[in-house]
Parts: sequence; C-alpha cells; structure tokens
Amino acid sequence: MATSPVVPTPKINVIGLEILDYRGGKSTLCAGCGHNAISERILEAYYEMGVQPETVMKMSGIGCSSKSPAYFMSRSFSFNSVHGRMPSVATGAILANKTMRSIGISGDGDTASIGVGQFVHLLRRNLPIIYIIEDNGVYGLTKGQFSATADIGSKLKTGVVNDMPPIDVCALAIQLGATFVGRSFSGDKKQLSAMLKAAIAHKGTVLLDIISPCVTFNDHEGSTKSYKYMKEHDELVNETGFIAQFENIDVDYDHDTTVDVELHDGSHLRLRKLHDDYTPTSKTGAVNMLMEAHEKGEVLTGVFYINTEELDFASRLNLVDEPLATLPEDRVRPSREVFAELMRAHA
Amino acid sequence: MATSNLEVQSLPVADSTVSPKKVVNDFAINVATVNGSGSQSANSILLRSIFNMGVPVSGKNLFPSNIAGLPTWYLIRASKDGWVARKSENDLLIAMNPETVHEDIRKLAPGRAVIFDEIFNLTERRDDVVYYPVPFDSLVAATGAEMKVRKLIKNMVYVGVAAQLLSIDLKGIESIVRKQFAKKVAVADLNWKAVQLGYDYAANSLTKQDGLVVEPMSATQGKIIIDGNAAAAMGAMFAGVTVVAWYPITPSTSIVEDLIKYMKTYRVEKDGKASFAIVQAEDELAAIGMVLGAGWAGARSMTATSGPGISLMAEFAGLGYFAEIPGVIFDVQRTGPSTGLPTRTAQGDVAFIAGLSHGDTKHVLLFPGTVRECFEFATQAFDLAETLQTPVFVLSDLDLGMNNWMSEPFDYPEKPIARGKILNAQQLEEAGGFARYKDVDGDAITYRTLPGTPHPKAAYFTRGSGKNVDAKYTERPEDYEYNMRRLARKFETAKTYVPKPVLEASGNHKIGIIAFGSSNVAVLESRDQLERESKIQTDYLRVRAYPFTQEVEDFVSSHEIIYVVEQNRDGQLLNLMKVDLDPAQATKLHSIVYFGGLPLDARTVTEAIASHQGANK
Repeated sequence: MATSPVVPTPKINVIGLEILDYRGGKSTLCAGCGHNAISERILEAYYEMGVQPETVMKMSGIGCSSKSPAYFMSRSFSFNSVHGRMPSVATGAILANKTMRSIGISGDGDTASIGVGQFVHLLRRNLPIIYIIEDNGVYGLTKGQFSATADIGSKLKTGVVNDMPPIDVCALAIQLGATFVGRSFSGDKKQLSAMLKAAIAHKGTVLLDIISPCVTFNDHEGSTKSYKYMKEHDELVNETGFIAQFENIDVDYDHDTTVDVELHDGSHLRLRKLHDDYTPTSKTGAVNMLMEAHEKGEVLTGVFYINTEELDFASRLNLVDEPLATLPEDRVRPSREVFAELMRAHA
Repeated sequence: MATSNLEVQSLPVADSTVSPKKVVNDFAINVATVNGSGSQSANSILLRSIFNMGVPVSGKNLFPSNIAGLPTWYLIRASKDGWVARKSENDLLIAMNPETVHEDIRKLAPGRAVIFDEIFNLTERRDDVVYYPVPFDSLVAATGAEMKVRKLIKNMVYVGVAAQLLSIDLKGIESIVRKQFAKKVAVADLNWKAVQLGYDYAANSLTKQDGLVVEPMSATQGKIIIDGNAAAAMGAMFAGVTVVAWYPITPSTSIVEDLIKYMKTYRVEKDGKASFAIVQAEDELAAIGMVLGAGWAGARSMTATSGPGISLMAEFAGLGYFAEIPGVIFDVQRTGPSTGLPTRTAQGDVAFIAGLSHGDTKHVLLFPGTVRECFEFATQAFDLAETLQTPVFVLSDLDLGMNNWMSEPFDYPEKPIARGKILNAQQLEEAGGFARYKDVDGDAITYRTLPGTPHPKAAYFTRGSGKNVDAKYTERPEDYEYNMRRLARKFETAKTYVPKPVLEASGNHKIGIIAFGSSNVAVLESRDQLERESKIQTDYLRVRAYPFTQEVEDFVSSHEIIYVVEQNRDGQLLNLMKVDLDPAQATKLHSIVYFGGLPLDARTVTEAIASHQGANK
C-alpha cells in the first residue's frame, strides 16, 4: 500500500510547484475578513496535495464570498457567474470536462436564499465539487442585511433582531445527498486545512459550511457569527486528521476512538471522536447530532458525514473517459450511413 | 378488397340536394376528436396514405393544454399545388366529438361533407353539406376488440370510411398500418380489420355525394415527412452536441425527447459509454446555467424551451452575451404572455429575445422557416455560437416544431465543425500568453482558452462584471466602454455569418412582403391568391436571421411598400426593422399580423394585403 513517500522540500510540492504558483490576485475584501483566511487555506491545500492548478475550475455566484476565487490560484480557470446560480454553471462545466477538479465558493445568501433551489439539486446529484459556503450570516455587499443562516435572536449592528430560524445547510446537505459534509471556522487553521485536503481527495459533493466572520457588519456583541462567539461556542465533534496518499499512512491510531475513512484517491481521513454521538457514516446519526446541538445552542464543527460509496453525478451518466468538450468530430458527428438511415425512416 | 360478414343496417344518407363536383387533390380534412382518444395513429395513417399516393400534404394538430377530454382537431390538407399552410375552411369533417360537432359543421365549405357518429344528436343541419352517418360502435364491436382498446380502434374505422369516400388506395393503407404496428402483429391485424370494416361500410351503405377525391400523383416522391422538433434534434446530434440541459415545456419537449432517442442509438460508443450528457434540470434557470457552464468549458451545449422558459433565462442570457460564452437555445414559440395558450402557436418572442437581459444586449437569432431549416440551422447554430462566442437562439414555433411537414430529404452536413478561436497550450507558448478580451483580428471576436489547457498562462477569469482586455476586474469607464463597443461590433461581424434571407421574386414589383418562420407557407400561397384573384404581384423576402443582413435593407429600399407578415400582435419583427434599418424607409413598412394561436392561413394574409391595396388605390 505504502509507496516510498515523496518528501517535499519546504519550497516545492510533490509536483514541483511553489506556493507562489497557487497564489491569486490581491484581495479587495475587508482586512480581517474570514474569507481571506479561507482563500489562504484553500490554496495551501491544493499546494500541499500537489494538484496542478490548471486542472482546477473555481466556480462562484455573487457576493463577497463569490469574489474570492480571484484571490487564490490565478492559474486555475474561474467563472464568477450570477447570484445563486453557481451550481448549474458548475454542473455544465463538470459535464463538459469531468477530468477537471472543481471548487465552488458561495456565501450564505448566495446559497441559502437566492440559490437554495439550485443548491439542493446540486446536493441531490452528488455533483463532484467542493462546495464551500463562506458563512457570515449577513449580506456584505449590500451592507449588512440578515441572511437565511443567521441564528434566531442574533442582532444586527443597528439593533435589529433576527426572528426567523436559520437553515442548517449541513443538515440539508446530509439529507439531500451530499457525500462529505462538515463545518469549520475560518479561524481554525488546523481543522480547516485537514478538511480541505480531505475534500480534494473525495469524489462527490463536499459541502463545507465555514463560519467566516464579517468584520464590518457582523462581528459585534449579539452576533452569533462573530470571532468572539465562535471562540466561545465552537464545539468540535472530532479531531480531523488527514494523510495524503503520497504520505506514510502506517501511522497507528486508536481504533476505538478514531474512525478511519479511505478516500477515493487513496488518502485517509482520520476522525478522532470528541463527541459522544459522533457517527460520521450514518446520515440519521449525523442529522440527529446537528439537531440536538441546535437545541443546546452549540455550534458544532468537524466532519459530520462521509460516504465514499455513492456514485457521483458524472460517473452516474456513464460518460466516455475523455472530456466531452474536446472529443474529435468523428466521435460526435454520426456517419453518413446513420444519416441515410434516419432519412429513410422518415420517407 | 376488404370483405366483411357484418350486417350493416342501412342508414338514411344526408340530403342529396348538392350535386357533386369533382375536386381532385385539393381539400382539407378536419378530424375532430377529444384529446386522449388516441387518434394520433389513425390521423398519421390517413396523412401518410395520401402522401404515399404522391399528393402533397400537411398535418396540423390543434390541441388543448389538457391530458384527456377536451376538443382536439387534426387538419390534413391535400394540395396538388403544394400548398401546405392551414386552410381556413374545411372540406371533409370527421366528427368524433359531440361537444363540437355543430360548430365544426358550421366551418365546412358549402357542398362539402361530414362523417359523423350516427349516435350524435344533430339538432341543426345545413342543407348545403353532405352527411355521412357511421355506426361506429357496432363496427368497432364487430372487430372483436377488447373493451379497453375500443376507443382506439374506433379511430381506425374512420380511416377506412374516409379512405373509401376519398378513393384512397386501401392496399397502401394496409402497408402503413403494418409498418406502424410492426412490433405487434396482433395489434396490426386488429387495426387493419377496423380499417376494412369502415371501408366496407362506406362502400356498401354510403352514397358518395361530395366531389372530394384523391388521385395518384408523383409530387411526393423522394420526400420525407417530419416535424420540426425531430428535425432540430437530428441537427443538434449531427452538430456534435455534447451537453444538453433542459426542462420540459410544451411545445419544445419533443426536441429533447427525440434527441435522447437519437443519442442513445447513435452516440453511445462501443464500450457502452456516452459521448454526451443530457440532464433534466430543476428549472429553466438551471438549464441555461448548465448550458453556459458547459459552453465555457468547451462543450457544444444546448437547451430547448418555450416562452416562459425564455423569461426565466433572461439573466443568464445577459451573462452569456457579456461574458461571451457559446450555447444554443431552441425556443419553440407558443402564445404568451405568461402561460398564454400553451398549445397554440405564435411568433411572439422575437422582440424579447433580441435584447434578452438588462443592459445593452443584442442576441443572434435564427428563424427556420421549414423543417429542413430546423435541421440545418440546428447544426449551424452550434458553429455560430462557437465562432461568435455568444448564445445563439433558434426561434421555431409550435406549428413548425410539432406538426408534420413534407420536405426534401436533408443533406448531410459537409462543413467540418467550426469551433472558433480557441488557443491551445502550444499556441499560448508561442504567443507568450493571451488577452481574453482583446480584439486582435479586427473582427471583434477575441481568443479564448478552455479549462484544462495545460499552460500556466491559459487560465483567465470569467465574470459578468467589469473587466479589461486581460479579463481583470475593473470599473474604469474606458474599459467598460471599449468592451461594450467591441460587443456591438461583434454583432456587426455576426451579419457575415448568419444565414442570408431567401428572395422569392418574379421581378421587380413595387410591393414587397417580408415574413419569417412558419408564416412562409401561408405567404407563398397568399402571393398566388393575390396574383390570381386581384392581379397583385409581389416580391417576397423571407428573413432567416437577426441581425438583419444587407439584403434586408436592400429589399426594403427597392420596394414602394413592404408588408411585414408575422404571428404576434405588435409587429415585433417590423419594430426591430424600424430600429435597425434606415429610418427613412420606416414609413414603407406595414404590419400584417395574426395572433389567434392557430397556424397562419393564406387567406388572412391575402385579405389584409388586398384590402390595404384596395384602400391605397
């Protein structure tokens, strides 16, 4: 199983690229915005996993979060589409070229309000994409209205209190068919990095709800999406360990407390239980745990659910091995004989 | 000759006050049924049987938005002169629906005939129409058909009755029946028996009192019968479509359903894997989103929809235009606005789609006017979309898309697939990179790369927001204006690629007609009527694309008056012409519209032009 491990030099990853090769443009988001930290973790994860940047498609909708693909991995192909509709654009792009890796960056407004229709169908299809919600509970670009993930009772700077219940995007994703679902916090570098690398190794819909405080509109007392609130209420359900397929996986672990999951590319996800009810391979277990945490006022983070058995959407369609986008003419235009046959059928 | 043991009760035939005058190969049959009665097979057998006798035909289904129980009419027109538009008056009514029988009889031309179920209680009778009562129930019972299929078999009885009355070749009908039910011999036998019983009943018990008759011709030899949606589906397959996303909507649904059949038969490779992906999306927003995502990533992608779907696609259409992404959208038009009449035909989406989106937007539209063009333009649309890097809309309509049309067989696409300006890694290496939105060649069409191109300078950032030539975000007025002006120039370039209009002209007449799409057949026939009846000679230009090419401008300027015929209320094409062509010519344009939802008929056009010409004299 274990091959001789490639030891990357500090400056070069397993495919010989530097971290600079994964950098993006300069961020125009607010200083201290959680999204910037997430962009950093994303590019580091692709760097550490040795993914060729040109094989990545970065998809997004509209909003602060959706701008962020411009701030990481400029050598990857990016499509900043329209508000709430990234899932359909990503679906088309993935079908056109299933050999590409896809990451979608969305926000809580882009996903849970305007985009919830397309979001649920992306989940249902188990589209092979890492779908990240940079979740801050507010609309930033329109200056601070509540979104549909804002907790009931949370307060805007203006004093307005949210009286609508939140949509738990993780519970929704588990129920509807995503095969890797977790929540993290932009301020938890270790957890987020491990989860992102595991996400890259997974084939199917990865839904990561990443609490990412909005320093301008939702980081005050009374907010449930602030740095302070997260530091006080972040309840880890597991300690997320990740061992890439090119690393030594022989490291031992405690089989009683740790769930080991082999991912599609041969990497391993090691989830050390920190929570009594933790059963990351059970849909009902995972949803129960999330519902109970809501009642207790806890913000659970970690990998909630993983399923490596389910076929992803592109595999389900039984497509040819090569990208549909670049199939040569003789494989997409049927012959003259076929044409003549069709004409005869209508004569 | 079919024989039968059935004892048919002799029934009184209708008034014999009308002396039959022979009318050969020039009439319209109206089969009035209720939907859900399964009359489709019978009607197409009737249509085919006339076609197979060499007589030009068309078949038009006028149906309600309903699954079962509401009135449906199927119009079959036989025309020795080749006129295949809907005829406003009917000549032979096959009345199977008691709800509409009186109204249907009122629409018969004088001296014509009705075949009807004898159990109908006809409370009013015309004395200038021939009545042929038929005991459908006892004839159906005589076939021995099981109860549950009797409703279907009844339709075959009227095929037999009509065949006898019209002198349609019975042997020919048998072969069509056998072909239609080729997979089930027993079903074929039963249907054939029903046809024979109807035929024999007519022969033995009805006295021919109308003059309608089919006589063999050779005008359909080598021709095919197909509907526009099937033709478009075929065109898309031969265009090499690879990603299809759709949401079912009448009257476009059969484009994708037919395409699925074709692709499963002809585009699955030897190892069982598909060289295509077809996705039934959650709605039209998602369908067009998938089309653009796929087009961006290099697939030949398409969707098919109708007006309400187009409305939902407006935002994405703007993105496709502004971000310059290829994709093909078939709009099989029905009446609007809103739900409109979902099963009735119209040309009412033209103005909306021409500028579909907020902001300054201009889309390339193709207007197929024949089923052959449904095929050809489907193929061409993919080349145009990739060449011009923009969404291309193919505007068909219910009449063209869902009805049966005769056509010359199509031609295999000879031109290789045109993928437009796509740079590969080697070209990028040689050029040292590229600027996605820079007009290098002076035609306003820029170069693109496809995701996955293995070169560090291949990637660019696609967005619907402000960008400079290097695809970097900017809000600089100069950059925005440069880009928007270039897009306007690209629309000018499009004129050199889109199909040119077709000129039907016998000389330089003063009067010109402009029409597009399915109006074509009515206009062709109307020109003949105008000339024969009123000595009004016309030239006719059939517009096949937007942007308008120089030929449209020339046609308008070389005529004194132009009648713009279209199937919408507001004269949408005419209004586009007013905006786009020389304003000095605008006063020449006169609008002739029909928007009742039925396929346009020649008489409507003829009367409008004749009356306007009369008023002008």
